Amino acid sequence: MRKFFSNLVASPMFSFYVTGLLFIILFGFGSVSFEGFFSPQVFLNLFIDNAPLIIVTVGITFTILSGGGGIDLSVGAVVSLTCMTLAVLMRDTTLSPYVCMPLVLLIGIAVGLINGFFITFFKLQPFIVTLGTMFLCRGLTAMLSRDSVGISNEEYGNLAFTSFEIGDCFISLGACIALVVVVIATIVLRYTSFGRGVYAIGGNEQSARLMGLRVDRIRLAVYVISGFCAALGGIAYSWIMLSGYTLHGLGMEMDAIASSVIGGTQLMGGVGFIPGTVLGVMIQGTILTIISFQGTLSAWWTKIVVGILLCLFIVMQAIVTEHRNKLMNLKAESSGKKAPKKA
Amino acid sequence: MQEKNDDYILHMKNIDMFFPGVKALKDATFNLKKGEIHSLMGENGAGKSTLVKVLTGVYQKTNGTIEYDGRLIEPKTPLESQQIGISTVYQEVNLCANLTVAENIYIGREPRGKLGQIDWATMNANAKKLLHEEMGIDIDVTKVLNFYPVAMQQMIAIARAVDTQCRILILDEPTSSLSDKETERLFAIMRKLKAQGISIIFISHFLEQIYTICDRVTILRDGVYIGEYDLKDLPRIQLISKMMGKEVREDDIESNVDKSVPEETDVIAFDHVTVPGKVKDLTMNIKKGEVIGLGGLLGSGRTEIAETMFGIMQKTNGTIKIDGTEVSVKSPMDMMMKRIAFCPEDRKVQGIIGDLSVRENIILAMQAKAGMFKHMPRSKQNELADYYIKLLRIKVSDREQLIKNLSGGNQQKVIIARWLATEPNLLILDEPTRGIDVGTKTEIEGLAVKLAKENRMSVVFISGEMGEMVRTCSRVLIIRDHEKITELNGEEISTAHIMQAIAGDYHGHA
Amino acid sequence: MDMLKKFSQSSLALPLTALALLLLFNAVFVDDFFKIQVMDNGNLYGRPIDILYRASSLIILALGMTFVIATGGIDISVGAVVAISAATCCLMLGGDISGVPEHPFIVAIVAALCAGVLSGIWNGTLVAKFKIQAMVATLILMTAGRGIAQLLTDGQIITVYYKPFSYIGGTIPGVMLPTAMLIALCMVLLVIFLDKKTSLGLMIQSVGINQTASRYAGVKVTAVLFAVYIFSGFCAGTAGLIESSLIRAADANNAGLNMEMDAILAVTLGGTLMVGGRYYIGGTIIGAITIQTLTTTMYAVGVSSDRLPAIKAIVILLIITIQSERFKQMFREWRMKRADQAAKKEASHA
Repeated sequence: MRKFFSNLVASPMFSFYVTGLLFIILFGFGSVSFEGFFSPQVFLNLFIDNAPLIIVTVGITFTILSGGGGIDLSVGAVVSLTCMTLAVLMRDTTLSPYVCMPLVLLIGIAVGLINGFFITFFKLQPFIVTLGTMFLCRGLTAMLSRDSVGISNEEYGNLAFTSFEIGDCFISLGACIALVVVVIATIVLRYTSFGRGVYAIGGNEQSARLMGLRVDRIRLAVYVISGFCAALGGIAYSWIMLSGYTLHGLGMEMDAIASSVIGGTQLMGGVGFIPGTVLGVMIQGTILTIISFQGTLSAWWTKIVVGILLCLFIVMQAIVTEHRNKLMNLKAESSGKKAPKKA
Repeated sequence: MQEKNDDYILHMKNIDMFFPGVKALKDATFNLKKGEIHSLMGENGAGKSTLVKVLTGVYQKTNGTIEYDGRLIEPKTPLESQQIGISTVYQEVNLCANLTVAENIYIGREPRGKLGQIDWATMNANAKKLLHEEMGIDIDVTKVLNFYPVAMQQMIAIARAVDTQCRILILDEPTSSLSDKETERLFAIMRKLKAQGISIIFISHFLEQIYTICDRVTILRDGVYIGEYDLKDLPRIQLISKMMGKEVREDDIESNVDKSVPEETDVIAFDHVTVPGKVKDLTMNIKKGEVIGLGGLLGSGRTEIAETMFGIMQKTNGTIKIDGTEVSVKSPMDMMMKRIAFCPEDRKVQGIIGDLSVRENIILAMQAKAGMFKHMPRSKQNELADYYIKLLRIKVSDREQLIKNLSGGNQQKVIIARWLATEPNLLILDEPTRGIDVGTKTEIEGLAVKLAKENRMSVVFISGEMGEMVRTCSRVLIIRDHEKITELNGEEISTAHIMQAIAGDYHGHA
Repeated sequence: MDMLKKFSQSSLALPLTALALLLLFNAVFVDDFFKIQVMDNGNLYGRPIDILYRASSLIILALGMTFVIATGGIDISVGAVVAISAATCCLMLGGDISGVPEHPFIVAIVAALCAGVLSGIWNGTLVAKFKIQAMVATLILMTAGRGIAQLLTDGQIITVYYKPFSYIGGTIPGVMLPTAMLIALCMVLLVIFLDKKTSLGLMIQSVGINQTASRYAGVKVTAVLFAVYIFSGFCAGTAGLIESSLIRAADANNAGLNMEMDAILAVTLGGTLMVGGRYYIGGTIIGAITIQTLTTTMYAVGVSSDRLPAIKAIVILLIITIQSERFKQMFREWRMKRADQAAKKEASHA
């Protein structure tokens, strides 16, 4: 029994189990405490409301996994920029939404390329570079318009309100896209050599280089993916807000990072699991839902609870790592006496 | 050499390697036969690792030729040399600890399924088969690498190298963290690989292991090729003497040191001190005003004893007494307060603060000891720095020069100055002369003697060079396998005796 | 010429040049930029004063951040700590419309500073004791901090009517300079004192450059790390006082928003590297002033506040690129190539 637990803690999926358990506990707590909480629609609403954050978190998780201080602070600003671009394009031009959307996705890719270029070519700190592009995108958004711009394109509105029925419940198009992104990202990270390369450079860049991986190319791709996801998240966000505004997506990068960490991603890189990060987002969503059901608590409790969870997870990770080391030392000691024999 | 040229897989000829201001290799030669285990030996700074790095493409040689498998090669990167079949397994494993065992073996060349996806089932099965057949180990290959101890990780690294069709396998001190059992297992694998025709370059500091597993040995000293020998024809004592550069004669270097052990009180005394895996049941004492040597080969546990003395490692058993009273030690600061000072072995990592000036490096320890708010005024700092620069004849353009821009010898002097400034009773010098020019070496040796004689300071002198010990120490403890095996006193100290003691056939007069 | 060469190699060269360029731009395009006049109430007025005044909080935060970054860490929680400190102060003073404070002013100030220091202790514990990566450790407080601030103010914006409170962000009657500037000056002097008269600076740098070697030299690495995070918290607490006094209210959502980013930026512009080691107090101050000058300049030429980040971003990317090793190397190669060509040309002439 002890051994089972010991192995469980040492397993790389341990964080994922804990996150999953926590989600179930939180959801269960809500179900027990509030009438009407335990319904499939409440569960699906978690996806519907958080679709943009899920998509953005998937992207940022790639950058964190790639290690070397990998992070993308520009995602929130890209979300804002894509919303605004969409709104302005549809207001001032007669372009079809189906042309506008690929265009804004290109913007996301471009921002990702800029990030990746500065980080891989000039060997600059991802933190500072993406901080720069964050400012850049925020500024560009404001240059397009300082005021909120509504999206009144009918075709686009229909798209935004598209939903699919599952039994008695429904799920929005945005949520579907988020789920597809999650599935694709999980498959890419698990079943392609690019995906494994991301883990490898996050684990030990030097070794990865020696094993023949093209480290710089992988790292560049990671930032492009993050930029793309941010733009896609921006589209999903515009379906919810139906407007472009400079303050859209403010602080979203920090929510995404927090979700990722709660989902078991280690900020050092090399360890993380996409379904876990989705659970991280859902946990934040569940807390918000509980607070709205409760009615008297205000929304800022979410932040405090998320902060506490973050703290718990980070300390847990530190303890797990220590436990693993201890386990290994025990093994090493028991497998034989140290040092070779003398003559 | 009577063998035909076909028997060889590698010839490195007339290799020169310059670093700015230093000649690391001078006209070095290295020949490797197909299917042999060849040891590369030499003390620190002899050029072993430089030679290996030239071969693996980490460094580019200045002069010379490398002939591999009948053609000339010029590897530019480690990857390039790996691709033509030269693989290295380092002591600190160069794999990704966060990936599974199977992935670590196959990353970059994973088996693919129908859709081009990574075929995990095949990969795991292949990895399991490979480890079982080549290495004779059966482990769960789906677990992440850092779930396994270093020994296992090394085996996995070797498996990867073997599976990438390597023809030369370089094992760089693979056994230093292995247990006896693990070492035996490694040797079994090495023999198997040898039978398959793979040539192995084995670097180790353990003589016994060299004699157990290797066929031939190439010895380097100070970057110069000394020779290559069949190990079965080379007695241990000869090997040691060739590495040290001293012929074994009973009446070797006579020292000018007063060999009488002073009849004074103990500055520090160890009583059955044990640090698990590092120091075994050590009993010893150091008297006031003596220079005591810790002799032994690299990895024998000399440094660990010094680190225990300075409070970097904590004992689990036994007692440590300083000036006659028992002390409990938690950190280096506790020992600094007891006026013990320690110049660590690895100057770059543990010694210098590269981007600080000479002045700041000198005052660092005494400032740390004094505390944050007892700041020394700048004029006093300058005075102190200048005093030590002059006293130790440190060659600097001025005291504000960054320490990283000094030569190794001068860096070492600055570190010694840092500790002298704390006015210690006991100064521990761990390999203070490693990688330092001869002139400075002599100065540092002289300094150790002078401090003991004139300032009544006790000095612990750790060195792999026998001559140095003979010249400076009035007592030498011989360390092997983390244990004190014998103690040489006064007139007993000679290079011959020290070497015999290390080889295990000197038992003193006692 | 020698002077010029020496200057171009000094760490202050880049931030000073950037600032000089900005000022030059202002001198040419903005009327009366350098004009300082005495107002009727005895206060000094003019754009340079205005820049320094508005840069005060940033300078204070950046000072704390400099030490943190010098140890190889980062503190992204300072913005949130500003909000906590602001909330604490306003809570202590209370929002009574008659202008009577609930607690004495001094108590409120001390409480706000304590809140900052407590935050610093929290960060320091995580980083120094639990050895958690600085960015992750401070992310916790960054996330929870604004929530805590709102918890303190109960989600309301507390407006303080107590008159002396506005002196911190404004001016004390009879004093020519804005109080915030004076506070910033005091903090600068404190930091210079710590730098020159204690060995803290030496310890910080040695920890930032080589932690192992510092430990071997007896430096108490844990204590040093603790100290820098506490100091950063203290600075954030001070900035919180100024920020809340400016608007005479505690706005938990917006107080100190994104200030951590500006502070990190100021430190980087000042030449201190993110990897730690040598730090430049002077550079940090100039960096902070440069950022504020940029902002003021943009306002002066009519760029709106929300478009400003785009320009800021270009400046950041430019400067960090110039500071990067790769760029320097490319520059060196380019110069060598040019020298080569010149030599060849000469040879062919001869």
